[in-house]
Amino acid sequence: MSGALSPPARWTPPGVFVALALTLAIGWLAVTLDGGRLFSQPTTVSLLHVATGLGLVAVGQTLVVLGGSLDLSVAYVVSLSTLVAAETMAGDDGALLPAIALTLAVSAAIGLVNGLLVTVARINPFIATVGVGLLLKGYLDNGYDGPAGKTAPALVKGLGYQRVGPVPVSFLLLLGVTAAAWFVLARTRFGHHLIAVGGDPEVARLSGVRGHRVLVTAHVLCALCAGLAGIYLAGRLGAGAPRVGTEGLYDLESIAAVVLGGTALAGGRGGVIGTVGGVLLLASIDAVFNQLEVDVFFKQVIRGVVIIAAVAVHARRTLRKAT
Amino acid sequence: MRTARALHRLDLRSGSLAPIVAILVVLLILLTARQPDFLSPPSLMAFLGRSAPIVLLAAGQYFVIVSGELDLSVGSLVTAQVVVAARLIDGDPSAGWPVALLLFAFGVAVGLVNGLVTTRLGVPSFITTLGMFLILVGAVYLWSDGAPKGSLSEEFRRIGRSGIENVPVLERVPYALLVLLAVAALALLLTRSDFGRTLTAVGGNPRTAELSGVRVGRAKTLAFVLSALAATLAAILIGGYSGVSFQAGAGLEFGAITAAVLGGVALGGGRGSVVGAMLGALTLETLFTLMNFYGVSGALEPTVQGAIILLAVAAASFRLPSG
Repeated sequence: MSGALSPPARWTPPGVFVALALTLAIGWLAVTLDGGRLFSQPTTVSLLHVATGLGLVAVGQTLVVLGGSLDLSVAYVVSLSTLVAAETMAGDDGALLPAIALTLAVSAAIGLVNGLLVTVARINPFIATVGVGLLLKGYLDNGYDGPAGKTAPALVKGLGYQRVGPVPVSFLLLLGVTAAAWFVLARTRFGHHLIAVGGDPEVARLSGVRGHRVLVTAHVLCALCAGLAGIYLAGRLGAGAPRVGTEGLYDLESIAAVVLGGTALAGGRGGVIGTVGGVLLLASIDAVFNQLEVDVFFKQVIRGVVIIAAVAVHARRTLRKAT
Repeated sequence: MRTARALHRLDLRSGSLAPIVAILVVLLILLTARQPDFLSPPSLMAFLGRSAPIVLLAAGQYFVIVSGELDLSVGSLVTAQVVVAARLIDGDPSAGWPVALLLFAFGVAVGLVNGLVTTRLGVPSFITTLGMFLILVGAVYLWSDGAPKGSLSEEFRRIGRSGIENVPVLERVPYALLVLLAVAALALLLTRSDFGRTLTAVGGNPRTAELSGVRVGRAKTLAFVLSALAATLAAILIGGYSGVSFQAGAGLEFGAITAAVLGGVALGGGRGSVVGAMLGALTLETLFTLMNFYGVSGALEPTVQGAIILLAVAAASFRLPSG
């Protein structure tokens, strides 16, 4: 990180990894005392699968949040993508690549609309992306009652279930996407401009950054990431699922993961590595509770408390540093 | 210079009602074209009574938004209050008042927690109230083992579903409308009071407000309490009108926020009026009624809603000069 090219903004390793280590340590202790094993192969695999779906969405979300925007339509993009992918494939391996291309194209188009609504039409990102989300929700509610289409067997076998040791191939895809996003943010002009726009749009404009173009690109990349998550989930489920995105709370949880990872909601500060830490933290809590067979509703209560507490600890650290 | 800007803001405030009134009038004309007796007093009374909960929520959300924050927990609070009321009352007619008092106490507590976590711990309100959303939904499912228990007494339901009968011309004045009028008057008084001005100043420029001796944290916390109180009232009306379900409040937070923005309240704080927010909510309800009359499939409703919101907000943002 300390190469000739300086990182785009002052960036300290987020405390989320400390929290992650603590969670795993305490979780391991609790599960062991309970007579179970936290780091058994099935538990680890399932943890990484949970992290993959949320992680793909959250890495994309990080980009728009860094730019001072927000995307609340991702949950619907995920659902729609599973359907576009599975229906185009219709269980045929020959249609795999065209289906993936079409899914990504549809996602990119939605991201483009989001970006133009936020920049050109000057609609607040919250309202713009909730609006686009509603458009998609209507389409999904009207057209689908349940699962539809059939995922190509190759995708189910490959991205859905293939593993290298305990590590799912899909998790490697997440790592690859994260690395690409990190590179873009830390080493390319687009990344520097995005963070500049998120930090102070006016200053960025005066220094010649084309804020609109940068923000639209970030929205397209974010939607592409949600599209990838949809393709992955279609591989997991073997079909398109019209509610998988909203039931997974991917919109709100991805933002929670971004903030847990130390990215400022106001934009301009943070990064994707922290976001992956946030995703792993959420997935670990989930895994520990599954092992302890905690009631599913109680799990949700604890998740709410943990999200607030973790962000509070982070906020205090930031405040102390500022004074 | 700051005073000048503040005055400018005040001017904008009265002017910004024009777009929402225009949209409302257009929708009402379309509605009467299809259903000529919609504007007859009895049907109008019923419509206003039905709209009361979302209008209340929009008024509550106004206070939070104008102070520069967001409350995503109101929908889940409505659900929680309805489910709690049903289980505690369990058909017992005499339990109505004590339980109502308890609901208000619970509402105040939720608002206080939202406010204190946001202001004292420095957690962004997006995350605080999202966490509260997860906690409330999880807790209410946990408490009732996955299915609502008990039932509301007829006495408790009266305020939401009945009204004063045999009124000349109007025929029936719903109690919900009376509650709404009382709250609207109170809200208007509040925005004209020192507290209301303080809140707008806090949202417009927190730093200036703080330097001029305003207790920013206290003002914001009060705003969250007001929002939670509005949600409690809305829950009592909704419980009476539509009965008990886990879906009672689903999506209401987005509805209330959209209504406020539609009515010219700026996300980020400092600009807009409570009347605008309430008119925004009324406009949304008119829109739903219109779609109903024109036979838009229920499943497609979100699509039309999303499109109209995007158009309306984009139109409003083009009217105002940037800056």
